[in-house]
Amino acid sequence: MKPTRLTECGNWILDRFPVTKFWNDHMAHYYAPKNFNFWYFFGSLALLVLVNQILTGILLTMNYKPDAKLAFDSVEYIMRDVPWGWLVRYMHSTGSSAFFIVIYLHMFRGIMYGSFKHPRELIWIFGMLIFLALMAEAFMGYLLPWGQMSYWGAQVIISLFSAIPVIGDDLSLWIRGDYVIADATLNRFFAFHVIAVPLVLIMLVFMHLVALHEVGSNNPDGVEIKESKDPWGHPVDGIPFHPYYTVKDIVGVGVFLLFFATVIFYMPEVGGYFLEHANFIPADPMKTPEHIAPVWYFTPFYSILRAIPDKFAGVIAMGSSIFVLFLLPWLDRCNVKSIRYRGGIFKKALLLFVVSFVVLGYLGTQPVTPVATIMARIFTAIYFGFFLLMPIYTRWEKTKPVPKSVTPVPSIEEHLHSLEEQLPALIEEITELKPVTAEIGHPAFKSSFFSRRPNPEGMYNVISRLAKKAKGSLD
Amino acid sequence: MNNKGVDKSKRQFLTTALTVVGAVGTGYLAVPFLAQMQPSVKAMAAGAPVEVDISKMEAGQLIRVAWRGKPVWVLNRTPEVLATLKTLDNELRDPLSNESEQPDSSKNPVRSIKPEIFIAVGLCTHLGCSPTFRPEIAPNDLGEKWKGGFFCPCHGSWFDLAGRVYRGVPAPTNLVIPPYRYVTDTLIIIGESAEEKAA
Repeated sequence: MKPTRLTECGNWILDRFPVTKFWNDHMAHYYAPKNFNFWYFFGSLALLVLVNQILTGILLTMNYKPDAKLAFDSVEYIMRDVPWGWLVRYMHSTGSSAFFIVIYLHMFRGIMYGSFKHPRELIWIFGMLIFLALMAEAFMGYLLPWGQMSYWGAQVIISLFSAIPVIGDDLSLWIRGDYVIADATLNRFFAFHVIAVPLVLIMLVFMHLVALHEVGSNNPDGVEIKESKDPWGHPVDGIPFHPYYTVKDIVGVGVFLLFFATVIFYMPEVGGYFLEHANFIPADPMKTPEHIAPVWYFTPFYSILRAIPDKFAGVIAMGSSIFVLFLLPWLDRCNVKSIRYRGGIFKKALLLFVVSFVVLGYLGTQPVTPVATIMARIFTAIYFGFFLLMPIYTRWEKTKPVPKSVTPVPSIEEHLHSLEEQLPALIEEITELKPVTAEIGHPAFKSSFFSRRPNPEGMYNVISRLAKKAKGSLD
Repeated sequence: MNNKGVDKSKRQFLTTALTVVGAVGTGYLAVPFLAQMQPSVKAMAAGAPVEVDISKMEAGQLIRVAWRGKPVWVLNRTPEVLATLKTLDNELRDPLSNESEQPDSSKNPVRSIKPEIFIAVGLCTHLGCSPTFRPEIAPNDLGEKWKGGFFCPCHGSWFDLAGRVYRGVPAPTNLVIPPYRYVTDTLIIIGESAEEKAA
C-alpha cells in the first residue's frame, strides 16, 4: 500500500526528531515492577502538582504586582475583581501544601521500601535537591502576598543566615538587599520564585527521572526485577509503564483531584494551616503578630530550631535535620531494601521517626511553653537518633529471607472473597444471642425471645487479637 | 603532510590556558552579578534620624517609632521597675552588656542615658521578631519567674525591662540600643549619638 500523506509527513519528522524512540524508552517499553501499590502514586502526583503550580503561577503573575506598596492589594484584587482569580489563587496556594503532602509521602515510601539504596543513591540525592529547591520556592512564594506572616516569616528565616559566624550579617544584608525586609527583598524574591527556582526545579526533576529510568524502579518487595529476564530480554516481573501504570495513575489522579477540589472549594484556608490568618493583615514592620508559625510543612524543622537554646546551634541543628536525609543511603547498613523483610528494630525505629516528625510538626504550630519546649527537645533527639544511630542498629538487624521474585498483589476480588468468608465469623464473635423478655401491649403479657446484642467480651478478644497482630508486624 | 603524530602537550597547554582565562573571566563577571544584589544607594541613603517628643508620656507607657524601617521602643520606666532590674543579675546572660550592642552612654546596668527613659531597637537578637511588651508580673502564660519585660512570641526569648536577655533562651545578646541623644529634657533624637554631638 502506498503510504498516505500523513504517514509521510510523520516519517519526515521522525527522521529528524525521535519522538517515538523517546516515548518507547520512557513509557511504552519502560518496564516497571508489576507489584506497585498505593505508595507508588505519589511520584506521578508530584509531577501533576508541579504542572498545576506552573500553570496557575503564570496566570497569577498577570495580575500580581511585586511592589511593597501594591503587593497586598493586588492579591486582594486577584481574589475579588479578576474573573476566576480566586480559583487560580486557591489552586496555587492549596497546590503548595498538596505538593508537600505528596512529597513527604513519596519520601516516606522511599525510606520504607529502601528506594534510596544501591543502585539508586543518586535518585535519592536528586530527590533531596528537589525537596530543598521546593522549600526555597515555597518560602519565597510566601513573602509575595506581603501579609504579616509573609513579612515576619521572611524576617526570621533570613535572620537564620545572620547566625553564621563572620560573614553572617553581610550575607543576610545581601539576601535582603536592604537593612530590613523591604521592597528590594520582595522584588528579588518574586524574581527567584517565578524564574530562577522553577527552572532549577524542572531541571532537577528531569535528572531525577533520567536517573530513575537508567537503574529502574524499586518495588514494595525490594527485589531487582532486572535480575530475571524472559527470552525477549524483558524483566519477568515487569510490565510496560504505558499502558499499565499510566492507566493506574489516572485512578490515583482522580482520587487526588477529589481531595484537592474539596479543599479548594470548601476549605481553602484549612483552618489557618494552608493560609494563615495573620496573613490577611498587611505587613507591618512595627509589630510582630502575637503568635507566628511557618506554614505546616516547615513546622517540624522549625520546632527543631526552637528546641535549641542557642542561636547558632539552633540554626545548625535545623540545617542538619534536613542535610542528614542526604546521607541516608550511607547511614543504612542493612542489605535488605524493603521493610517487609527487614528486622523489627528498623520497623520500630521508623515508627518512632514518623511519630517524632508528626509531633515536631504539631509543636511547631503551637506557641512556646516550657512543656512544649521539653517535648520538642525529646522528639528532636529521637529524630536525630533515627539517623545517627542507624549505622549501629541496622548492622545487626535480623532480616527475613527476601524472595527471588516479587509477591503478587491480591486483586480486589480476592480481597472481597476473603472478607466474605471472615465477616460472618467476626459478627458471630462480637455479638451474642441473649434471651430478652419484653411486654406486649400490657404488663401482664410478656414474651421471651432471642436477640443479637453486642458482646463486650468478644469485642475485647477481637481488639486484643488486632493489637497482637499489629505488634507482631513490628517484629 | 605531517606524519609525526600529534603534539599533545601543546593541546594540553592550550586547553589549560583557555580554562584558566575562562574561569578568571567568569569570576570577573560574577562580581557585578552578585554585587548588584547589595543594598542600592537609595536604600543606604535612607535612615535619617527621627525626633521623639516624650513630654506627654505617662509612667509605664511604651511608644513605638519607626527608624530605618525598624521598630524603636521608647519606654518610661517606673521606680518599681528600676528597683526590680537590680535583682535580676543572676538570671541574665549578659547583665553588664559587655557582649551586647549599645552606645557607650547606655552601657550601664539600666542601659539608658536617663534611668527612667529606656530606648531600644524592638527586634529580638535571635531571629529578628519584635518581642511583645509584657510589663505585668507573673502572668499565667509566662509563669512565676516573670518579673515584667519583653517576651518574644516567635521562639520564646525573655528580656527584662532594660532589654537584657535571660539565660537559657535562644537570643544570644541583649536588645540593641540605637544611638540617641537628648535635645531638651523632653525631646530625643534617635539615630544620632550623644558622643558624636559632643565631639
